Amino acid sequence: MLRFFKRAIQDILANRFLNTVTIISIALSVLIIGAFALFFINANAVINFWTKGIRIMAYLEPDIPDEKISEIKQKIQRTEGVRDVRFISKEDALELLRIQMKEQASLIDNLNENPLPNAFEIHGRTVIRNWEKFEALAQQIQSLPSVAEVEYGQKWLGKFINIFNLFRLTGYAMSCLFFMATVFFVANTIRLVLYSRHEEIEIMRLVGASESFIKDPFYIQSLIQGSVGGMIGLGVLFIGFKFVIGDWIVDIWGWKLEMNPNFGFPISDFQIRFLSPEICIGILAGSMFVGWVGCHLSLRQFLKL
Amino acid sequence: MKFNDDSGFIIRMFHVYKRYASKNALIDINLDISENEFLFITGPTGAGKTTLLKLLYLGEPASEGQILVGGRSLSRISRRQIPFLRRKFGVIFQNYKLIPTKNIFDNIALVAEAVGTKKRLIQKKVKSVLRAVGMEEKLKAFPPGLSGGEQQRVAVARAIAGNPGIILADEPTGSLDAESARIIFDLLKGLHTRGATVIIATHDTELIRRTGGRVVLLEQGRLKMSTIIPKLS
Ligand SMILES: Nc1ncnc2c1ncn2[C@@H]1O[C@H](COP(=O)(O)OP(=O)(O)O)[C@@H](O)[C@H]1O
Ligand SMILES: [Mg+2]
Repeated sequence: MLRFFKRAIQDILANRFLNTVTIISIALSVLIIGAFALFFINANAVINFWTKGIRIMAYLEPDIPDEKISEIKQKIQRTEGVRDVRFISKEDALELLRIQMKEQASLIDNLNENPLPNAFEIHGRTVIRNWEKFEALAQQIQSLPSVAEVEYGQKWLGKFINIFNLFRLTGYAMSCLFFMATVFFVANTIRLVLYSRHEEIEIMRLVGASESFIKDPFYIQSLIQGSVGGMIGLGVLFIGFKFVIGDWIVDIWGWKLEMNPNFGFPISDFQIRFLSPEICIGILAGSMFVGWVGCHLSLRQFLKL
Repeated sequence: MKFNDDSGFIIRMFHVYKRYASKNALIDINLDISENEFLFITGPTGAGKTTLLKLLYLGEPASEGQILVGGRSLSRISRRQIPFLRRKFGVIFQNYKLIPTKNIFDNIALVAEAVGTKKRLIQKKVKSVLRAVGMEEKLKAFPPGLSGGEQQRVAVARAIAGNPGIILADEPTGSLDAESARIIFDLLKGLHTRGATVIIATHDTELIRRTGGRVVLLEQGRLKMSTIIPKLS
């Protein structure tokens, strides 16, 4: 195994230019795909942040007996997509209103009848991915008997989420494209190396070298390309990220990086984050996988196995 | 190396044909070779000597007929098993087939590694086979920097690095001066004495007359004659 590693390193050094080009192309892909991921993960978090407060209010028809109310509550609770349901009696609602209105509370005291309906406050599961489902849920609750009206906030958010989802699809498509382009690049490097060494490979076979003895150094080589490219891509992304959110101020003349924690770039009290370690590891694994696939394809083609 | 074959023959060929697109290189070859035999395959250029050797280590598949090596039919050997078959042979190729970009040590270490010699034993092995051919001084040299005779000796060293039971030598003295040819030939004789089966393809009839032994004559792809020639004294 160690020998194979040595041979792989020797190969890389012997074909420095080709390997550099491949590593750069992997790094670029990782950079672009990573930037996409960074954008979507943060946008996702922003939307989650906004939608955390979103709820469906279901107002009930007047004069419904208590046992009917708990029956409806159970029905809602059992509906798919519902996370929790809270009953707000019209008395509670009035009390809330009284607290909210403070000075004008006397207005409420002057009412001789409570004009507010009984209501349920319903929180759904994961609004974010499926605005349609959220709307369908509201519709379903609306259709329950005794429910007079439902209300749910921020229709614009629904539109926004749809557009965001469209972006996300584009992101996936672009990622696929870059994935394939990189596989192609790696495959070509390995193919060129194979071609330049086909005589040597033929001789190794004739003297009884097993296929894995011949192929493993190439696989190792491509895994090295993948991991080095991936690390460079993520590193550049991280540095770029730090600049964009303004954590680092560069003193170009002194070539000095200065940490400046006070100069943030918050969206209200939301904090932009870099990719989590899990995702970074995932991207690294992905770039190594790209290397492996590229290598596998050209070995299969070249050695006809 | 021991093979389990009741016949006592290490190699058997039955009605073997090899056809290339434009011509028949071998036609209806029947040949048995015993273990520890010293055999010449001779005939004019183009007779099919190299082709016959190639079929044995599956450098190419036969077009028709059956070949048994150590009792195993080559037509039933799977891709994965081919390297194991090849390790039974030490082949000295007509054009040496040394890797020009690797030095002599690495050229031979490659074989030792490929057959699975333990890492700490490789150095020893390579040095011992190079000593056997009198090339231990040239460990660090590259093949293109060696004379034909020296390359031929390295090729012999590589052929024996994997301890093969059968040595196939294709024109081993072909382009060499008399002195180099004698060294190579003595080496092959020595391997035979130590138990190897040695098969030599050559059109050098002078060599055969000097040595004597079993000779197989090929002509235009056909086996014309198999005979024992007495040693010239
Ligand atoms: N790869 C090949 N493709 C086509 N013809 C070949 C090939 N190899 C050998 N031949 C032909 O087969 C015949 C036998 O060749 P070879 O075995 O090399 O003869 P020898 O070694 O006895 O000189 C020759 O006529 C040669 O041209
Ligand atoms: Mg020949």
